[in-house]
Amino acid sequence: MLGYIDKIREISKRLLDEGRVEMVIGFRKGTMPMMNEPTFVKNSGEVSKLVWDSNCGINLANYLTDRKEKIGVIAKGCDSRNIVTHILENKIKRDKLVIIGVPCKGMIDRRRITAVFDAEVREVSEEGDTVTVKGAGFEKKLKKSDILQDNCSACIHRNPVLYDELAVPLVEEQKDIERYADIRRIEAMSPQEKWQYFEDLIAPCIRCYACRNACPLCYCPTCFVDESRPQWVGKSQDETDIRTFHFLRAYHCAGRCTDCGACERACPVGIKVRQFTSKLNKDCLDMFGWEAGVLPDQRPPLDTFKPGDPGDFIK
Amino acid sequence: MEHMGVEPGRLSFSWISSAESTKFVDVVKDVTATVKALGPNNNFKKAADKVA
Repeated sequence: MLGYIDKIREISKRLLDEGRVEMVIGFRKGTMPMMNEPTFVKNSGEVSKLVWDSNCGINLANYLTDRKEKIGVIAKGCDSRNIVTHILENKIKRDKLVIIGVPCKGMIDRRRITAVFDAEVREVSEEGDTVTVKGAGFEKKLKKSDILQDNCSACIHRNPVLYDELAVPLVEEQKDIERYADIRRIEAMSPQEKWQYFEDLIAPCIRCYACRNACPLCYCPTCFVDESRPQWVGKSQDETDIRTFHFLRAYHCAGRCTDCGACERACPVGIKVRQFTSKLNKDCLDMFGWEAGVLPDQRPPLDTFKPGDPGDFIK
Repeated sequence: MEHMGVEPGRLSFSWISSAESTKFVDVVKDVTATVKALGPNNNFKKAADKVA
């Protein structure tokens, strides 16, 4: 993944100089290791601050919602799928965008790294498939495939589905991987076990809504949890309210979620938020053969009716 | 909902025309019987003092 950046900067500089875009949305180095942050580059002198490595997991489609200016955006596979969803949902116009496609080999999960060490991780660098972690008095090499985000190790859309410029050649997609192992395990449980599983899963939730804010799908002007007239869901820390928030948010993402993992990445207490949305993604695939954001010219399944749609649940 | 632990049968969907009164009765009987068999719902309960 290193070495991509020269090409990304070159493309960004060209787009800005030619006036094809007013800004480029990309990543810059964060103040802490493994925490690259989104940045808006508005003149070509600033392109040097753009970076690209395996800590660019944030979904940049989130910053496109309702934008009116011409934008160049750096897009991994999942970002590009969310851009497609945004276009389908009229949240951005295709002709306002120049998509700089970056084929992705997976982003690293910082929690997997910090879990390995007792002490603070001060520096993380990578070369090929090896990630070197440094801290006070220790240095260790880790294999990148061991520390990938869950959604990245189960990803089959590493290449952007829609792009105008491509930073590097397309990469080979992962094949024959079990994408829904977690979901199948839950499906096999009894109702009580399922209830308990989710009870334990969301127990640490503090309702900070970081998952919602990081999610490119969550662009409602007023989210249902913030609404007070009518108040759809209680605002307390009661487990019923927390659960209602989580599963309703998941439902709002049904048929739209691209499994980019932004919610899980953003969660400050490390809840596996994808356990809610993955089930809906799996159902959409099983029932409608649909994966969000892959086909720019088709309406999503919850938007259309087809005579063959499954309706067994209606009695 | 079932994936999250709500028992199968507690939630049901039906398509009944306003002209299908007999179907409506049948469905209501069916649903109430299924729910009664499942017993009281212990999930999604909130203590009165916590209701905001």
